[in-house]
Amino acid sequence: MNEKIKVACPRFGNYHIALEFLFTKGLGVEYVTPPPSTKKTLEIGSKYSPDFVCSPFKFNLGNYIEAIEAGANTLIQTGGVCRLGYYGELHEQILKDLGYNVNFVNMSKASYNNPLSFYNEFKKVNPNMNIKKVSTVLIATLKMVECIDEIDDFVRQNVGFEVKDGSMEKIQEEFLEELRSAETKKDIEKITKKCKKRLKDVKLKKPKKIMRVGIVGEYYTIMEPFSNHYIEKELAKKGIVIYRWMNVSNSVLHHNGKEQKKEIKNYVKYYMGATSMATVYKTLEWAKAGFDGIVHVKSFGCTPEIDAMPVLQKISNDYKIPILYFSFDSQTSETGIQTRLEAFYDMIMMRKEKK
Amino acid sequence: MKIGIPRAFLYYKYHYLWETFFEELGIEYIVSPYTNREIYKQGSIWAIDEACLSSKIYLGHVDYLIDKCDYVLVPRVFGYGTDGTVCTKFQAIYDVVKNTFRDRNIKILFYNINPKETANEFRAFLKIGKFLGKKKAAITRAYVIAKQSQKMHQEMDLKYQEQLLEKDGLKILLVGHQYNVYDRYIGSPIIQYLKELGATPIIADICDKKEAREASKQISETLPWAFNKELVGALAIYKDQVDGIILMSSFPCGPDSLVNEIIIRRVKGLPMLNLILDGQDGSAGLETRLESFIDIIKLKKEDEYERKN
Repeated sequence: MNEKIKVACPRFGNYHIALEFLFTKGLGVEYVTPPPSTKKTLEIGSKYSPDFVCSPFKFNLGNYIEAIEAGANTLIQTGGVCRLGYYGELHEQILKDLGYNVNFVNMSKASYNNPLSFYNEFKKVNPNMNIKKVSTVLIATLKMVECIDEIDDFVRQNVGFEVKDGSMEKIQEEFLEELRSAETKKDIEKITKKCKKRLKDVKLKKPKKIMRVGIVGEYYTIMEPFSNHYIEKELAKKGIVIYRWMNVSNSVLHHNGKEQKKEIKNYVKYYMGATSMATVYKTLEWAKAGFDGIVHVKSFGCTPEIDAMPVLQKISNDYKIPILYFSFDSQTSETGIQTRLEAFYDMIMMRKEKK
Repeated sequence: MKIGIPRAFLYYKYHYLWETFFEELGIEYIVSPYTNREIYKQGSIWAIDEACLSSKIYLGHVDYLIDKCDYVLVPRVFGYGTDGTVCTKFQAIYDVVKNTFRDRNIKILFYNINPKETANEFRAFLKIGKFLGKKKAAITRAYVIAKQSQKMHQEMDLKYQEQLLEKDGLKILLVGHQYNVYDRYIGSPIIQYLKELGATPIIADICDKKEAREASKQISETLPWAFNKELVGALAIYKDQVDGIILMSSFPCGPDSLVNEIIIRRVKGLPMLNLILDGQDGSAGLETRLESFIDIIKLKKEDEYERKN
């Protein structure tokens, strides 16, 4: 292939910044960031997807098609421990049937037992890559992921109290944009430090009684704000401190599976699949810490998260903590979500006042 | 001591093994009845709304058994190693049952298959036997006999199916998980109606499992789930001996949602019907679909016959 390699991965929170860094700086190829997910993305994705597949599959497919239209010719699917592990082969087949002539790199073909197989998959992206260069950049990329998550956590916990609406969002946007010009790990750390300082300088006005809500749930839906109808922000803006453990740093880089299992042993004996353990683990921790409520999000039909729900119901009973359950598919109505969020807010507010 | 065995999910795969094992050890057991409307209804009440139909049925069977036995056998499977993984439902089912029926003080018999932690099948049975107060030699003997019984019945099923494949007339391959195909409430009506229409149902899950897992690669390369590998492989093995294919899935089965689409896109040249079972009442819609499916195949066959002559 003499054509220039232009890589794209599906949209996922703000991580496209880190992916762009990894591919352009590390593998020396062009990276095409798919346009942000919209209603249209989901429509395109749903149109060519099987009916009752989970919505992340549909979003991913929509992202691929929009990325191809934006010039991408090499697409990547990561694979994972639930249905995600089989996404890639079907995505590739659907795109092929639609007549798109692209190079599809499916990480599910690699095996965790054999790290070399990952290298071989990456070689398909760029056969001339320099392994030394890739590893240096990979370390910087992981740092970038941590920084993105760190800033995100700070905003989530404070954005509800800013005096001037939109101040933090603006700083965060500028931070992400600035990250795109980073060349080294040092640059990334410097940019992050600057952003943190700016965020800390934002004027806040906190009430006496502060409400805390934790968000738990399925990997994609919890991290891609468009797919969960921005409920995190909606809640925060009502003056609530929002906690979320689930992000790439915690779930991949600092995974604490053994500790999770130990902490929840009164409720769960065995590993229940994918994100369900983290969901139970954080719900229990926050219930014990006296949070005002928990919001559980997932895409419709997500089996591991459905199976976590009976456990959450028990925790909710035992610790008297309200849990709001959301399940999103391609036809979820905006008004329905708003109404349920309002009702949930009113309820935890009333409980707080009674305390 | 009495063990309760839910007639759902892995029961259909392992019942000869389980039943023979308990019989050989002289342990009393009961199996819940065939799925009926009441069991399904109870299961739906206990289950999370959007859980798959098969898991609702499972909880219905557990509900039936709780007050009728001392321990319910809820097999938990992490995976089958190199043979493939399982839907996370099978990894989670123990804790789903435990939490769902916590207030009814359910007691569950230990059963965990996890090749990663060397909890292979024999070790799992050893643990069960010891828990039931039996000696190692007796448990080993019971397990070996149970294993033989299981193997023998599988071979008999396979032989019987080979005979069916040699029969004249329309043959329809049913591709679906055993716990759906053989379930009296959701699967049996389809088999029955196919027979009434004069077609011979061939069950994809009755196959040489090892051969099937290998053959699945002809259709799909990265398929993770062992049960789906076996079904897809069986499809590769049987497809030239049948006249049509029915894909049977319970709503909204995670693995099937993707695998069926791969099958539809890759297996060409045979009429195919994608049936989604949702447990709703009334068989009229289903019967109409099956009837027109069979009609189309018959017409196609007549056409081919005329063209040849």
